Amino acid sequence: MSLTSDYIKQRLAEKFGESISQVEESFGTLSFAAPKDLNLKVMQFLYDDEELQFRFLTDLTAVHYPERKGEELAVVYHLYNFTQRVRLRLKVYTSVEDPKVFTATKLFESANWMERETYDFFGVEFVGHPNLKRILNVDEMTYFPMRKEFPLEDQSRTDKDDEMFGRGGHIGI
Amino acid sequence: MSEQQHITLPEGSIERQTQTLNLGPTHPATHGVFQNILEIDGERIVSAESTVGYIHRAFEKIAERRPYYQITPLTDRLNYCSSPINNMGWHLTVEKLLGVQTPKRVDYMRVVIMELARITDHLICNGVVGVDSGAFTGFLYLMKHRETAYEVYEEICGSRLTTNIGRVGGFERNFTPAVFEKLEKFLKEFPLALKEFESLMNRNRIFIERTQGVGAISAERAINYGFTGPNLRAAGVDYDVRVAQPYSSYEDFQFSIPVGTTGDCYDRFLVRNAEMWESLSIIRQALDKIKTLPSDIWHADVPAYYLPEKSDVYTKMEALIYHFKIIMGESDILPGELYNPVEGANGELGFYLISDGGRSPYRLHFRRPCFIYYQAYAELVKGAMLSDAVICMSSLNLIAGELDA
Repeated sequence: MSLTSDYIKQRLAEKFGESISQVEESFGTLSFAAPKDLNLKVMQFLYDDEELQFRFLTDLTAVHYPERKGEELAVVYHLYNFTQRVRLRLKVYTSVEDPKVFTATKLFESANWMERETYDFFGVEFVGHPNLKRILNVDEMTYFPMRKEFPLEDQSRTDKDDEMFGRGGHIGI
Repeated sequence: MSEQQHITLPEGSIERQTQTLNLGPTHPATHGVFQNILEIDGERIVSAESTVGYIHRAFEKIAERRPYYQITPLTDRLNYCSSPINNMGWHLTVEKLLGVQTPKRVDYMRVVIMELARITDHLICNGVVGVDSGAFTGFLYLMKHRETAYEVYEEICGSRLTTNIGRVGGFERNFTPAVFEKLEKFLKEFPLALKEFESLMNRNRIFIERTQGVGAISAERAINYGFTGPNLRAAGVDYDVRVAQPYSSYEDFQFSIPVGTTGDCYDRFLVRNAEMWESLSIIRQALDKIKTLPSDIWHADVPAYYLPEKSDVYTKMEALIYHFKIIMGESDILPGELYNPVEGANGELGFYLISDGGRSPYRLHFRRPCFIYYQAYAELVKGAMLSDAVICMSSLNLIAGELDA
């Protein structure tokens, strides 16, 4: 039996009901959001279920949406089913003031460094992580550089007019 | 690995003390800038801690300010032993976002270059495994042929290591006759060298003793640790993105996925060797297919995204407009969100791209296979000898550029 998006949607709806939101399919990948206190339950369900079997954490990262108040940070999990070759995208939103999300390290060893990287760049605090410290940046760093409020270029420069180049100036807050 | 005899000694006596050894960040055995802090008891490793980030270059942040075509050179510097795969992985991602259909000939040309890149990557890795176990000869024999492969890149795009090869939509120019000549040369000479290399190493008693059972990992642990590519296949899982989610017309080719059983350094070595043979076969098939297609196609017909020829820019109004629009990042980019993986030389290289319709990505994340499987290193070397730790590191094919992004 092949695993269709409709079937996955149906199983998720049966198990978690209204909690699953933003269900959409783009470029062949089913994507949905779950409340942040349910992220482990959803992943455990997808892992354990005999038919779903999403047992490979392909990727874990975050995205910063400064304009979405209360859910500025999205933690994005890409899960994969080896036998049916199906990929899923799970998103968990959290506010930037209280960026606490449960760690997936109990389920996937691979989440360890990916969560450290996400913490390093976005400041998402993974509750229960065994070794949550910076990984690519220096330990003394006090900010989270991938957040949109940190522009790539020095904003005090006056010799460059970015207005003609699309996004310049109005990026971030 | 024979178990070392441990005699019970009183606490605090000198024989009971372990010492800390810094392997890296600039140790010659790491073949790149990353550090392993090993706690050793004599020559046996008690625990290991890996530190990365010494050459972090903030590519993901830089990419948020660059137009799409300017992100290609960033991908060069991920796994720099096989840059063309990274470049084309990025192009394929953007094409998927834009809905660009590439002609079959472009797909096959890409396959030729990507498989060539896979061979150059694997030959370095396997050569270095030999070097680290004390056999320099094999590395030298193979390295000679990487030169031919690099000449092919040079003929197509002008550069060798950080290639920036191709464009969104295809290639910057058609393959010249010299490209096909050099490819033929490579296809003729490299199999002999690879055969020689295999006869030097595969049944070599010293090499087998040094690698068999070293750094072994079970399939379950490998999956849990996020292994992909040859390292996962050596553990017995036949996962290959080229088959699981074919891109660039890989479904048109006949090839097998070599798998190992134990996931140790020796299996990883054998899997890489076998993959080089498969890649050679794919290149041959692709060249045969290219011969049957019209020879004047090397890019998709997408003037809004593919830079026009320079001579046209100077003489034709439309070409000048498109050139200007592409360079200034004024081409329409659709909003969208996608994850697109390709089979990199050392694992699944994924591009997680979010576009909000602006000239540069809203967010771009590289799934770097090295970064994810390197965290298993501490578990792989625990209880092993110091010399095993070195071989284990090289057989994992760790590339510092990909660890840090």
